[in-house]
Amino acid sequence: MEKSINIKVKVWRQAGPKVKGMFETYELNNISTDASFLEMIDILNEQLVKEHKEPVAFDHDCREGICGMCSLYINGHPHGPDQEVTTCQLHMRKFHDGQVITIEPWRSRAFPIIKDLMVDRNAYDKIIQAGGYVSVNTGGIPDANAIPIPKPKADEAMDAASCIGCGACAAACKNGSAMLFVAAKVSQLALLPQGQVERAARAKAMVAKMDELGFGNCTNTGACAAECPKSVSLIHIARLNREYLGAKFKD
Amino acid sequence: MWLINSSIGRKFVMSITGLALVLFLLFHGTMNFVAILSPESYNAICHLLGANWYALVATVGLAVLVILHFTFASVLTWQNYKARGKERYSVSESYDEVSFASRNMFVLGVIIIGFMVLHLYNFWFKMQFVEIVHKMGGDFGDISLATDGAYYIRLLFANPVYCVLYLIWLGAIWYHLNHGVWSSLQTLGLSNSVWFKRIKCIGKVVATIVVLLFVSVVVYFGAEAIMNGTTAYVW
Repeated sequence: MEKSINIKVKVWRQAGPKVKGMFETYELNNISTDASFLEMIDILNEQLVKEHKEPVAFDHDCREGICGMCSLYINGHPHGPDQEVTTCQLHMRKFHDGQVITIEPWRSRAFPIIKDLMVDRNAYDKIIQAGGYVSVNTGGIPDANAIPIPKPKADEAMDAASCIGCGACAAACKNGSAMLFVAAKVSQLALLPQGQVERAARAKAMVAKMDELGFGNCTNTGACAAECPKSVSLIHIARLNREYLGAKFKD
Repeated sequence: MWLINSSIGRKFVMSITGLALVLFLLFHGTMNFVAILSPESYNAICHLLGANWYALVATVGLAVLVILHFTFASVLTWQNYKARGKERYSVSESYDEVSFASRNMFVLGVIIIGFMVLHLYNFWFKMQFVEIVHKMGGDFGDISLATDGAYYIRLLFANPVYCVLYLIWLGAIWYHLNHGVWSSLQTLGLSNSVWFKRIKCIGKVVATIVVLLFVSVVVYFGAEAIMNGTTAYVW
């Protein structure tokens, strides 16, 4: 049952990293409730191009909720007012006719704004580079069943690995903390046999990098897990704490 | 030093000092409850905890815990405020999963510390402090009442304003512990998919027990004064 709504969008416009930004309000008519949120922004941009105005810059890529590229802080929530979805999976049926929708970029010291709604999320890549990997010598491909892994552990590792690194956790956190992201990355490898060799070094290096990049300190408010499009759980943060404290006490 | 330089290290200090203070509150609450059952026994405990070397060491220990907990909290709050970035969100909402207490731990902490200063003036200043001054050869306050805790409790809660102030204080402590207890266990890594719900429940139970122990004393002596018509506004 297709329906269309008229909305107003209040979008954060900022020409560059050092320029002062501000909100601009645009009116959009006849937006199908079946449109995705990003399609709505595409329509807005077409409208702006027709009016010879600068289109809104925003991050997007696969548009099927798996790449972690889309962001946007919509009406007070990262990825909008729907849980367990990314912005590209959010639909206009979640909004009503006449609503004013406020769209802001992620705001965190470690995620500087590039332009408009685009932020630089390299900080997460740097954390991964610090230790979020398994070193292996090249050689023949081992059989998948050569290393037995208990099912519960494999499941939990998979749940952690579902993190797409979109940055919603740090964006939602009142402390600007990246703990849920780092926890997911440390957790997935700490649970698997392949991750054991570098386990302690990984926890220490990734936490050190996270602190160095200017993320805040976790206070377990749980906003990250509530906003995470992949429902990564807070128990991974407990595991990260355990890994880190264990590694430090061993030193 | 990783306890100061790393985020998890700082949280570890918050967690350990916080848990130690909760243990102290459990002891303090239990001791106060004795005042309801038997004021004489309560005074005997007060006597044991006067200006003796072990009580003084414990007092200094508690002061160190409070100072550490508060200093680290201030630094963490400041760092976290900065980590949020210069621009703030113009619209921000949170889901029900994010508790009121967890969002306001520092504010609650400041309220608790503020009332704690009042509380130290109400009791410690008239009891252990008087004894210390007396032992050092000084003359301050009424030494004959210095270990008569039951007297000071009756006197204070005969004032309904103090009853209300203390109940507000205890309310703030309840909220603070509601998040603080489980959060400190989570910081220590004592949580997994099974224990996550359990430690949250343990936190609520501990917070409620601690606060009820204290509330019972306020309510009991406040009500006693009203029933006996001995309400008095002594500051």
